[in-house]
Amino acid sequence: MNSTVQQIINTYKKDRFRLMDMLIDFQEELGFISKETVKDLADQLDISTVDVEQTLSFYHFFTTEPTGKYTVYLNDSVVAKMMGQEEVAKAFEEELGCNFGQVCEDNLIGLFATSDIGMNDQEPAALINNVPFTKLTPFRVRELVADMRAGKTVYEMYTEGYGGGNNKSVLVRSMVANHIRRIGPVLLNDCSPGDAIKKIVQITPEAVIEEVKASKIRGRGGAGFPTGLKWEFCRAAVEKERYIFCNADEGEPGTFKDRVLLTECPEMIFEGMVIGGYAIGAKKGILYLRYEYKYLGKFLNDVLFRMRGNNLLGENIAGLEGFNFDIRIQFGAGAYVCGEESALIESTEGKRGEPRDRPPFPVERGYLDKPTVINNVETLATVVKIINKGSEWYSALGTNDSTGSKLLSISGDCRFPGVYEVEWGFSIDDMLGMVGATEVQAVQVGGPSGALIGPDEFSRTISYADLATGGAMIIFGEQRDLLKDVVLNFMDFFIEESCGSCSTCRNFPVILRRTLKRIIDGKGIRKDIDDMEEWGQIPRVSRCGLGQTCTNPILTSIKNFRHLYEDLVDKDEDYVSEFDLSTAVQESCDFVGRIPNI
Amino acid sequence: MSNKIKFKIDGVTCEAEKGQYIVDAAWENGIYIPTLCNIPGIKPQGSCRICTVNINGRPMTACTTPLLDGMEIENDIPEIREIRKAIIESLFVEGNHFCPACEKSGNCMLQALAYRFQMMAPRFPYSFPVKGVDASHPKIIKDQNRCILCKRCIKSIKDEDGKSIFAFYGRGHKLRVHVDPELADKLTDELAQKAMDVCPVGSILVKEKGFDVPIGKRAYDNVPIGSDIEGNK
Amino acid sequence: MSKLVVATTSLAGCFGCHMSLLDIDERILDLIELVEFNKSPINDIKTFTKQCDIGLIEGGCCNSENIHVLKDFRKNCKILVSLGECAIMGGLPALRNGIPIEECLAEAYLDGPTVKGNIHKILPNDKELPMLLDKVYPCHEVVKIDYYLPGCPPRADLIWDVLVALVTGDEMKLPYEVVKFD
Repeated sequence: MNSTVQQIINTYKKDRFRLMDMLIDFQEELGFISKETVKDLADQLDISTVDVEQTLSFYHFFTTEPTGKYTVYLNDSVVAKMMGQEEVAKAFEEELGCNFGQVCEDNLIGLFATSDIGMNDQEPAALINNVPFTKLTPFRVRELVADMRAGKTVYEMYTEGYGGGNNKSVLVRSMVANHIRRIGPVLLNDCSPGDAIKKIVQITPEAVIEEVKASKIRGRGGAGFPTGLKWEFCRAAVEKERYIFCNADEGEPGTFKDRVLLTECPEMIFEGMVIGGYAIGAKKGILYLRYEYKYLGKFLNDVLFRMRGNNLLGENIAGLEGFNFDIRIQFGAGAYVCGEESALIESTEGKRGEPRDRPPFPVERGYLDKPTVINNVETLATVVKIINKGSEWYSALGTNDSTGSKLLSISGDCRFPGVYEVEWGFSIDDMLGMVGATEVQAVQVGGPSGALIGPDEFSRTISYADLATGGAMIIFGEQRDLLKDVVLNFMDFFIEESCGSCSTCRNFPVILRRTLKRIIDGKGIRKDIDDMEEWGQIPRVSRCGLGQTCTNPILTSIKNFRHLYEDLVDKDEDYVSEFDLSTAVQESCDFVGRIPNI
Repeated sequence: MSNKIKFKIDGVTCEAEKGQYIVDAAWENGIYIPTLCNIPGIKPQGSCRICTVNINGRPMTACTTPLLDGMEIENDIPEIREIRKAIIESLFVEGNHFCPACEKSGNCMLQALAYRFQMMAPRFPYSFPVKGVDASHPKIIKDQNRCILCKRCIKSIKDEDGKSIFAFYGRGHKLRVHVDPELADKLTDELAQKAMDVCPVGSILVKEKGFDVPIGKRAYDNVPIGSDIEGNK
Repeated sequence: MSKLVVATTSLAGCFGCHMSLLDIDERILDLIELVEFNKSPINDIKTFTKQCDIGLIEGGCCNSENIHVLKDFRKNCKILVSLGECAIMGGLPALRNGIPIEECLAEAYLDGPTVKGNIHKILPNDKELPMLLDKVYPCHEVVKIDYYLPGCPPRADLIWDVLVALVTGDEMKLPYEVVKFD
């Protein structure tokens, strides 16, 4: 057996629950995961090869063929396209003389497309060997290709300099910009790391939960479950081995605020995990980090290392006898659905990221079937502020049902894309003014799984009672073709990212996309719109939030922009065929050598 | 010790053990909730979604949801029937289901559900996907055209060491069930037959078998799927 | 009362559905009391001579001629019925839908095990011949279809019941035993 393979397997003690880590290491060390590697791995873990392959084939960043010394993943999300991704993609293809999905030049450069990489405020962006390159232009592409041919390291390829804040850190060295445009209670740097931990060790875990409950904070990932209640449920579990996860898999196209928090406030996030761990009685925490943020890995591990040194992690934390808690980072490998909490658990267990059926909920049976709390990055960071400054202070912010503040990831057609912290209750109108957006046609609230709204709804406010959101806001100017450029792209995203387990989420986006395309191509009829509205309801019975919302791009755009559809369809026809005889006979006529006589 | 509780399906009061899966409880009470991916006695997976019912007004899968006291379940109502029929139709267009040429025709659960829900033709366009047939194994054929990705084979067919012979590969609409070549080589006749039997459609076939029951005598030739359960009433 | 006019055709089919129609046995005598046949292989009328009420389509569309005939039926019939699996979903001919057309033609005329004597490697390309389509199309993807009668073939009783219902305007009975896909 290849010694690298053996070494990696040994590193993880042949633990099949660490299969993700082994596959990630194989991919990085060997450049791809071969049949032989799969076989070796299966033998050593005493599982079948198809069991290895079911995990391997689930994740976008695992490949069974070499992907080149330099592997380019160019983001193909909506905002990337709006900012010129197509010219950049073309420049790559022309410069390299190969197409996306191919490896060229004697295995030197591989060119691939990928779903949103969390850089919507600085598109077009690509990952080259896991390092982000943002604001790409055809000119930069030509330079980058020349650099790759010259054998430069990715860091030597930067001409932009490093981005702000910790992006400059020697452990990060990225050109990513933070674009923090507005700070609020969470982003305001007014607490020292560890203050909150020192505070909680003075009180009981129950009191911590009470404090969090009193703040009325709800989960910031989008679903909005009360955080204190979640902790209380978990603490009430009979099983004593418990886990706390930080969900840093933000994959919803248009969201990137967790990236900024991870870059600028990692101590706070980890501190939040320690607080949560103390509250629920967990000894272990896991940060599930999307692979797109691999470039932050070393930096975050260093933060953990320093926290251990400062007695904020490890044993007898902050001097409290028996308060033992530590954190490890689990990387994903490219799967949007892993942001769903039970899929995230499955993935951390080395499996396919397929959501679980509920009940049981993770607070009863989660990671390794033990009670588990999964909190969003922003939630955990916020908890630190709540502990430091008190629930009374916090609950006075925002609105009655939505206390505190929310980090928004704002991108698209506006002057100042970036991260904005606002109090809940902020209106869309104000938001557009704040970011310098004019002549706005529509705003996508909450990413593709959210809703596309038009100007008549811009007076609505960001709150759980009105527009509940995980914070992704994409602005579309009047020049955009919403159906072709936005809705179709979102449907492609859901088709690409469905885990495929539920028949509904596997099939209906494909079926609806076909009808949508028909309408866009001018071959639709009014019945197609009605059909889409009706068929779009079926995935509501899917297992997870991704499945339940996978037709939202179509449903919400029909609801709020029906005229765009009506304008494209033939209103009088009750049937239109897509069949075209001359196209259908072309191939066979060419082959037998005859001119079609239609 | 009996731990019976009361619940309602479509207004009818039923009794079953608390914590039983709803589908099992309903069947015991002579009420048919259609299933496809579920195998009684094996941990449910809720992947086909055909057993969706409304529980206290919310859609949930009956195969995965444990019964609680006083649950109000809606099963045979137009809204739910429509969802189920649409799901069945979507499975027909997702694959290549040429019933007339299929060894499982007449014993196929997908086909039987289509009969029960009176599907004449799917409302969705056929996709005619290119999926292929894997006939490389000595005992079985895996016809991907007919696979509905229900996971029944994955969950229930393991070798003597508990290793998976079948497993998912890929995701989304590119999802397939792959067969482990080495383990398939060692497949016993009994396990091969079990795999064929557990497949609700004609995607797993034992080689050199098929069409052994004449038309008219097959499982779903004369009575709709679920009739046996409704006969329990 | 004037009789309803029925036309039938077999596109990419095997005539099995027509055989099944004949399987209504002695009821065919009742049928001709109820309907009049126009273009149909049953009476060998080759072209439409009048507007018809019901068109029964067997088979899907595998070549350009099928398309012309089908469109002609749509033009000349008030109600079109897809009769049998091939009309509904392409049926067995559609098994070729995953295979490139070049491979199909090569198998049939150049390399297949039954190809004998085509020493000049001739592929049929006379302009009089129908042109092969890239795949076999279900009829409803080409024209609007009003009803679907599944089966391979549809049971004679099903065809009978549906024809009677269409003629009398009564509700269609679809007993469990007769609606089958094989």
